[in-house]
Amino acid sequence: MIALLTRDLRLAIRAGGGFGLGLAFFLIVVVLVPFGVGPQSALLSTIAPGILWLGALLACLLSLDRILALDWEDGSLDLLATSPLPMEGIVSAKALAHWLTTGLPLVLAAPVLGILLNLPVAGFGWLVASLALGTPALSVIGTFGAALTVGLKRGGLLLSLLVLPLYVPTLIFGAEVARRGAEGMALTTPLALLAGITCGTIALLPFASAAVLRANLR
Amino acid sequence: MSLNALWEFANPRKFIATTDRVLPWVAWAAALMLVAGLVWGFFFTPDDFRQGSTVKIIYLHVPSALMAINAWLMMLVTSLVWIVRRHHVSALAARAAAPVGMVMTLVALATGALWGQPMWGTWWAWDPRLTSFLILFLFYLGYIALWEAIENDDTAADLTSILCLVGSVFALLSRYAVNFWNQGLHQGASLSLDKQENVADVFWYPLLATIAGFVLLFVALVLMRTRTEIRARRMRALLARERMQA
Repeated sequence: MIALLTRDLRLAIRAGGGFGLGLAFFLIVVVLVPFGVGPQSALLSTIAPGILWLGALLACLLSLDRILALDWEDGSLDLLATSPLPMEGIVSAKALAHWLTTGLPLVLAAPVLGILLNLPVAGFGWLVASLALGTPALSVIGTFGAALTVGLKRGGLLLSLLVLPLYVPTLIFGAEVARRGAEGMALTTPLALLAGITCGTIALLPFASAAVLRANLR
Repeated sequence: MSLNALWEFANPRKFIATTDRVLPWVAWAAALMLVAGLVWGFFFTPDDFRQGSTVKIIYLHVPSALMAINAWLMMLVTSLVWIVRRHHVSALAARAAAPVGMVMTLVALATGALWGQPMWGTWWAWDPRLTSFLILFLFYLGYIALWEAIENDDTAADLTSILCLVGSVFALLSRYAVNFWNQGLHQGASLSLDKQENVADVFWYPLLATIAGFVLLFVALVLMRTRTEIRARRMRALLARERMQA
């Protein structure tokens, strides 16, 4: 499992594209928002937590089809499936690798982009915390979507259609934590619910992803 | 009928033969109940003292909203049956129910918007119930799109049934998440059996008729669409066999 993880990480970093692309997309989304809504800093600072969460979510979505599609095309997914590692372990390692290469950089970059959107000072810590808690769920749910669409020729659009509704609860609670953090309100409830969603998806969704992948490889 | 006898309908031939006899009855009963309920509701009930005649949208709105959720529940059950016992009819029934459920969701949203415009002063509000229905609509869309996208029938049935299970959990999560996220504008349940404050009887009886009509309509449509799916699949098999022999 660790070997698979390091292999995926190395591929993501060296094969180009995956690693930096999500970050660049995140940056561009955040830069485009003021053009769309106007440069008033008061307005920007109210919508900043939501925009940052949405941007992170979309950047995450963008890189989902790379989780499994490349391995599917060159046949290494079949080899992995015949290995002694259970399918649940494979999808978990894949999701973890996706989070390390996409989610974690997004979490680290978010405060910098928060400055661009005039995020209130109190919000920075909670923004990072909510993203750090929420993005693993995005990766795990995304892996499920990637497993569903792996065999399809043009699965990219379908993947977003399938995954985005599944992202709703995570987005609601994540953005709520970031917003309340920025406004200095009590945020224990959404924080606990966000953590609950992340833990629940990490614990349960790999089984669904593995079942889907097995059906796809049959 | 014992539970074991139910599994006989997993045999497509038996299913077709039985529905041949049942379908006309269900369809006519649906038509009768709908016409009776709607005519009764539209022309023979008084206007509400606050809502005026807009109250009559209830005869379309409530049953369609009810069926939108029940259609998903039915898909959930048939998906489970497919996963556990691998009966093809069950998977096809789930496939057949999805577009019907999607249309019910749309009808509920549209009639709600029509009612909301004069009553709330807006077509749309980000109210928890409205929002979760919109999300349900998206789930239907994704489910149908996945069925359409995959060529192998059995793989498609597998993937969509797992999507249905996972989607159910997330739809439920979203339902309560949006509750948390915004306060409601939509009125609470007014048809509960255990509450004092319910819809008045004048509106309640015709509503009951349209609800029955919508249930029967749903059953009829799903049976009809399942039969079509079975026959389409059989036709494909025959064509394939013919090509083999040619």
